[in-house]
Amino acid sequence: MILGTFLQDQSFLDVLYIIAFGLFIQGLRGLSGPTTAVRGNRIAALGMTIAIVATLLNKFEGNWGLIVLGVALGAAVGIPAARQVKMTAMPQMVALFNGVGGGAVFLISWSEFRLTDGFTGVATYITVFSLFAAIVGSVSFWGSNIAFGKLQEIIPGRPISFGSAQQIVNLVLLILALAAGIDIAAGNHSEAIFVGLLVCSALLGNAVVLPIGGADMPVVISLLNAFTGLSAAATGIALDNTALIVAGMIVGASGTILTNLMATAMNRSIPAIVAGGFGGGGAVEGAEGAGEHAGTVKSTSAADAAIQLAYASRVVIVPGYGMAVAQAQHAVRELTKELEKRQVEVSYAIHPVAGRMPGHMNVLLAEADVPYDQLKEMDDANPEFQRTDVSLVIGANDVTNPAAKNTPSSPIYGMPILEVSDSHSVIVIKRSMNPGFAGIENELYYDPKTAMLFGDAKSAVSEITAELGEL
Amino acid sequence: MILASTLTTNLAILVLAGFIGFVVISKVPNTLHTPLMSGTNAIHGIVLLGGLLVVGASGNGTFNKIILVIAIAFGTINVVGGFLVTDRMLEMFKSKPKAAAKDDAPAGDRDGKGPAQ
Repeated sequence: MILGTFLQDQSFLDVLYIIAFGLFIQGLRGLSGPTTAVRGNRIAALGMTIAIVATLLNKFEGNWGLIVLGVALGAAVGIPAARQVKMTAMPQMVALFNGVGGGAVFLISWSEFRLTDGFTGVATYITVFSLFAAIVGSVSFWGSNIAFGKLQEIIPGRPISFGSAQQIVNLVLLILALAAGIDIAAGNHSEAIFVGLLVCSALLGNAVVLPIGGADMPVVISLLNAFTGLSAAATGIALDNTALIVAGMIVGASGTILTNLMATAMNRSIPAIVAGGFGGGGAVEGAEGAGEHAGTVKSTSAADAAIQLAYASRVVIVPGYGMAVAQAQHAVRELTKELEKRQVEVSYAIHPVAGRMPGHMNVLLAEADVPYDQLKEMDDANPEFQRTDVSLVIGANDVTNPAAKNTPSSPIYGMPILEVSDSHSVIVIKRSMNPGFAGIENELYYDPKTAMLFGDAKSAVSEITAELGEL
Repeated sequence: MILASTLTTNLAILVLAGFIGFVVISKVPNTLHTPLMSGTNAIHGIVLLGGLLVVGASGNGTFNKIILVIAIAFGTINVVGGFLVTDRMLEMFKSKPKAAAKDDAPAGDRDGKGPAQ
């Protein structure tokens, strides 16, 4: 029995593991403020190093070659990816790293199955936790890969589904995976059944994430993050490893909290998001809406926008995913500096789900050296719009849509929004009139006080800055 | 009996870790949620340990070896990539007051000279 082999005399190892998870907790505590966060992350990384060293110390038998090979491969992929990824592509990166974690979990479970001849002579609870890890890890791996594909736009962001049969398909896949698991736990040692379990879980991961619209991606990523954490904790119980249990469970808790926060910020329930299909119906309604509204949109030029901004006393910038896509954060910072030279008060209003992951906009603006105190969260920003002269919406869409307040039939009705339509005037920088990631038409664009500046966010903002310089 | 007590001890650890997780994570502000997510992401890369433990077992067939090398590679990507990318992000938050001051000072000078001339 492999576990017996690993569990020989490991008091020293246990102490190292306890130190390691203590460091994880201490490290995460550091994340409560921007000044202590770097140190916190490094403390957690130190904990990880200790845990890995402890595990290597415990090696009773060879296979060092395999370890070196695996680590070298992983480092060769992971290090350049982490070094080079643009801040705008962070959601994809996190989805991908999350996916490989889930992948490792189900592969470990699979090799345990093979090494013990189908969990022969293994305590039932160990089998159960291993199987749980296999199912959840596999769902997380495939789900994260699909999320990555959607965010990277390899796969269309629009919901892809079997329509009304989707729920039934998901349910059948889940039942099949569980049935395979129960069969194995009851003593079936056939590897074909285990592979069947992995295949059903893989299909389930695909089937669950494919129908979810891009606007719900922040929720999906954080939910999958929680899944991988829980599957790691289950692996920890199966391998009787406290460091794995604690670390996995903390990640599970963290992912759950974030998922809840995101869902609340969108006024949607987690089951509704997972059920998917959001955005599909909205796109159809939006198309009809576009027909009705067409012709009432007012467009403006960079020069006019510059004049409007120059004579404002208070400007609020509302960034969204469009700013990220266009890499416009530095251009936006330049515009802000130009406006501040003209004594215009500038702040940024940031919706909790702006972008493709929670806090995405904050990271981008931090990259462009925007001072921390200019970034306002939704609840602080909303009362200020009434005394704002110009709201400059850069690539944000759904989070500013008044339909969330005024149109009970809208798919986003009830979602808290940034109330930019309260300000005296609005300038929206947008590539075209295409609906946003959620596929819903935005009434804001037809508001008489709104002017649209069509173009790429970065070049449009740079043009405004240039025009300002000439005023 | 021994297995049962191992299980209950581990379940106790699991439950306590869950509560600690909730308490610690609840204190993280919205602004830092992206680094938080990528940091916790790196932490669940600890499954790498599972790969390291299992690979030590004797009698691995070729297929087992392939699976485990991939598992270890995946775990390493998760850990190393996760911590590095989180560090990059957090550096931007941390160094901001200083960096902003540095960046602003020369920019301010340049801008200041511009209109003065």
